[in-house]
Amino acid sequence: MSTYSYYPGCSLKGTGKPYEESLLAVFEALQVEMAELGDWNCCGATAYMAVDELQAVALASRILALAENAGGDLIAPCNACWLVLTKTAGRLEGDADLRRVVCSGLASTCTVGNGDGPSPLGYEGKVAVRHPLDVLVNDIGLEAFAEKVTEPLEGLRVAPYYGCQIVRPLSPFDDQHNPVTMDRLLEAAGCDVIADYPFKTRCCGASQMMTMPNVGIDLVSMLLEDAAARGADVIAVACPLCQFNLEAYQGKVARRVHLEEKIPILYFTQLLGLALGIPAKALGLHRSFIKVEPVLARRSVHE
Amino acid sequence: MATEPMIRTEADRDPGFSAWFTDLVGEEKLRECIHCGVCSGSCPLSSHMDFGPRKLMYLAREGFAGDVLGSNTIWLCTSCYACTVACPQQIPVTEVMYALKRKAIESGRAPRRHPVVVMARRFSRMVRKRGRLSEAYLIAGLAAQSGVHRYLGLAPVGIKSVRTGRFSLKREKIERHRELTALLDTVERHRAEVEAS
Repeated sequence: MSTYSYYPGCSLKGTGKPYEESLLAVFEALQVEMAELGDWNCCGATAYMAVDELQAVALASRILALAENAGGDLIAPCNACWLVLTKTAGRLEGDADLRRVVCSGLASTCTVGNGDGPSPLGYEGKVAVRHPLDVLVNDIGLEAFAEKVTEPLEGLRVAPYYGCQIVRPLSPFDDQHNPVTMDRLLEAAGCDVIADYPFKTRCCGASQMMTMPNVGIDLVSMLLEDAAARGADVIAVACPLCQFNLEAYQGKVARRVHLEEKIPILYFTQLLGLALGIPAKALGLHRSFIKVEPVLARRSVHE
Repeated sequence: MATEPMIRTEADRDPGFSAWFTDLVGEEKLRECIHCGVCSGSCPLSSHMDFGPRKLMYLAREGFAGDVLGSNTIWLCTSCYACTVACPQQIPVTEVMYALKRKAIESGRAPRRHPVVVMARRFSRMVRKRGRLSEAYLIAGLAAQSGVHRYLGLAPVGIKSVRTGRFSLKREKIERHRELTALLDTVERHRAEVEAS
């Protein structure tokens, strides 16, 4: 049994691939064991809940049940997945009728395991859902991380952007209004963190960038303009949707607000990985649309 | 946001909708809304909405189902929960938004080709059948159904995503997708039985 099980979610296999690559590389460097859940399904995000509540709960409960069966806390790096799983676990715990319906559904339709023949999938409500920020700060610890830093990112000015769903409506591991877990980790990595970035937890527009692009551009413009005004070299993020929205449309954003130059948008795990001396490619930096290398060179940190 | 005064009469009210709405998150809980407007003030999307969440709560409570379920307000909500954590009456506004989205779809009042509605439907259908989301196919389907012209501007981003290996063209499917569909059918049947009894 590994210490943690890992739920990537759909985005980390697609647009959020660099998040997966850098997370796995950082955990390996810190000697944290994490095993991907077998045959996991989509969490339903915000879209399924808009169509069918009971099915949305059942969908997420299969993931929780698989994780319970695998053992260990469940790590969900995507903010939306993390919230869906955390909320679902809470609802199943607090609502006995709902739990009965979902658990009997799981046991009668879903199976787990192959070896001795698959067995019915049970769920007792014992799995804890964790975000990597929580695990890094509270399990591994800032000091243990700082000890392994070999290439501190000195002089790199970073705006920490947390997005919505890891701090709202629940905030089990950080302050709801001024979260600091990412700030502390980036400081331990040597970054010059813009602690007063006021839009840390303001919405990036989420899937509206796809459905109502004008609305999405409006929201990210504000986030980017303010980060630029505060001299950010990089914005650090913890969610694949935030990353894509902030990075991919900066050409359009620059037509609305003043941006001196494009700002690289990195997963916080990519920055931590650089500080740990992990090669850029292993951190998925070659997949960035806006390259961070010129910024790193300018700040005379390593390539 | 619309600034024209809205004139409504008693005939526009649907008392059944009002009763359903006020009991949504606990009996009569939504009557506790004091219309302070903190939800609309904290909402990052409210300037793009037909009207903000405060007015939505008011119209819904008074039974103006047509205005509420036909508005873009519910579909612009991104579930950022800013309103939920700010509400002094502890009303879970985001959950109310979800319930209104479902009601709009169920009752056939959601605008059929509105991209957010199309997205929610296609997303859930894909996941229900295959167990996972394939981002490229979701977006292609979204463009096909809600108007290709809206998505031409995104082509360069799509090309960059493919080039950097971030846009998988593989159609994802989990191994035990039949079990998952059966699970969703089972809970659905259970609900139908409960509603019938």
